[in-house]
Amino acid sequence: MATHTSDTKKYLVGIYDHEETVVNAVKKVQNDGVKIDEVYSPHPIHHIDVYIGHPRTKIPIAAFMFGATGTLLAITMITFMMKIDWPMIIGGKNALYPPTMVPVSFEATVLIAALGMVATFLLSNTMGPGKTEFMFDRRTTDDKYALVVDLDKNTKNVEEIQAILEKHGASEAPKVVER
Amino acid sequence: MQVTSAIREPLVTGGKTMHDITEDICKRVEEKPSMSWLIAFGFSVVLFIIGCLSLASTWWYGIGVWGLNKTVGWAWDITNFVWWVGIGHAGTLISAVLLLFRQKWRTSINRAAEAMTIFAVLCAGSFILMHMGRTWLAHWALPLPNTYGSLWVNFHSPLVWDVFAISTYLTVSTVFWYVGLIPDLATIRDRAKLTLEQNPLLATDTPAERAEKKKNRRPIAAFAYGILAFGWEGGSKVWARYEYVALILAGLSTPLVLSVHTIVSMDFATSVIPGWHTTIFPPYFVAGAIFSGFAMVLTLMLVTRVVYKLEDYITMEHIDLMNKIVMLTGSIVGVAYITEFFIAWYSGVEAESYAFLNRMFGPYWWSYWAMMTCNVISPQLFWFKSIRRNLIWSFVLSVVVNIGMWFERFVIIVTSLHRDYIPSSWTYFRPTIYDVGDYIFSFGLFFVCFFLFAKYLPVINMAEVKTVLNSSDEQAKKLAEEKLKH
Repeated sequence: MATHTSDTKKYLVGIYDHEETVVNAVKKVQNDGVKIDEVYSPHPIHHIDVYIGHPRTKIPIAAFMFGATGTLLAITMITFMMKIDWPMIIGGKNALYPPTMVPVSFEATVLIAALGMVATFLLSNTMGPGKTEFMFDRRTTDDKYALVVDLDKNTKNVEEIQAILEKHGASEAPKVVER
Repeated sequence: MQVTSAIREPLVTGGKTMHDITEDICKRVEEKPSMSWLIAFGFSVVLFIIGCLSLASTWWYGIGVWGLNKTVGWAWDITNFVWWVGIGHAGTLISAVLLLFRQKWRTSINRAAEAMTIFAVLCAGSFILMHMGRTWLAHWALPLPNTYGSLWVNFHSPLVWDVFAISTYLTVSTVFWYVGLIPDLATIRDRAKLTLEQNPLLATDTPAERAEKKKNRRPIAAFAYGILAFGWEGGSKVWARYEYVALILAGLSTPLVLSVHTIVSMDFATSVIPGWHTTIFPPYFVAGAIFSGFAMVLTLMLVTRVVYKLEDYITMEHIDLMNKIVMLTGSIVGVAYITEFFIAWYSGVEAESYAFLNRMFGPYWWSYWAMMTCNVISPQLFWFKSIRRNLIWSFVLSVVVNIGMWFERFVIIVTSLHRDYIPSSWTYFRPTIYDVGDYIFSFGLFFVCFFLFAKYLPVINMAEVKTVLNSSDEQAKKLAEEKLKH
């Protein structure tokens, strides 16, 4: 059994069986003065991150900026290649004709936006090939929901928080997990 | 909160719980390959080997082994390329466009459809590489600095736009597919790791106990899916970001679907020959792509749902809706054929009128009428609900549609090329055994990839089906119906 050192933290994990129960529990547990660290679920639950108090993600902004970068890169590349470095008269037409820049610029926008956004997603969640996960309860990828409370960030003691979690629908006795 | 419709049919039948969803789908990944899978996979490998032999000859001797000549410079190679790219578009439509339209019924078919897209685009790409002849110089199609000046590619050409379009489409589709897979890979990982935690090998075990525990443990799956799951933990913050990523990828992929097949159509539309130089091609090709793509999804899903016993997830409602889309897009394609023909006459351009008369009554009349029968008449049968909801009819018509769409590309390419402006150049194209063999290669590649996917990855997006379970299963429907009555 792991002993509590300054590097490990203690969490209390409440297990719930239904989406509605855990959503209600999140609201009521916080009303009862308990600060929630995270809720783990087998599927996304709309707005639960808002109820918990997590800040809104900036991934859409990142996607936009990557997309704009892709557009600029493509336009710059085409202008350099077709107008500056080696302009050629092809089929009697201008060396650089803006409408023909559209397909490649569009594709570059989509490509850089998609790859950049997904890279941002993986980095912001510290995810990657071979990254080792920490699961409070492995059943949360199957059919259970885990409401996790960081005991260090709460003034109430373990027994009080356990009672609150059970009062609001926990299907099992909340357990203490060290991380 | 998800809204339950009282009038729509349930999307998940059989009274399934979330655990049932996990079990039903994961057991197909965890169990040993069945005899039917081994036979099907074995057959695909045989096709692939035959195809590889044909491909090796094509590369060794050059594309002169094909039936091409100076007049007909493109035939089976580009027909097959456009056919496979078109098939790929349905996967992106199901994942991306139906997500934007909030169509919950996409959840049980989108994973397999996206996988189909990726493998179809790989097959399409193989024809592009093949038709270059000197495939080892494929990098010349990219704007890379070189020692010839640098000699850059011609950005005015749709052939160059195609390079960017197809590469982007393959990359973005793969990324979209894989990001969607991560939570399900984590489910399989956790099931495997639980077997290790629940059956720990102890020094105090007897040999019998140890043997029993080893039978229940899945260390290889725990390791492999552990790597593939990227450390997914499933917290609300990650899920919120995941949903944004899925939505934005859907928003990016939707115009990508439209642009990719538009660019492919421009390979023909920006030329000068009768039958090709027509502005109808972009919407015609896109509609045709969705048409053939949905037909291929139907062909694959109708078999998969029976073999894997997934009738409770891929219900008759799903098949009905897919058939309706086939009918709609088939009708658009039919209207496009009539429009093309009408304009060829109305324009007064003799060469264009001749091109269409030649298609109907010339040496390739059999391919034209095969195309019209398969593409115009067959999807109209889906107006009848009894046919839309009949599994045999759905399967047969989905195969017929794909045959028809192959003929459509063949008719467009070969009949327009073999007789254009100068009669002294008119020829007849006949495929050789290498044309056929290289096409067989693409089937081998596709089905090898698809069967590996079906065996080792979850064919249905478990997390998404669990998301809609509460609002779209039979119980929710009953409650919504009762509410409507009162």
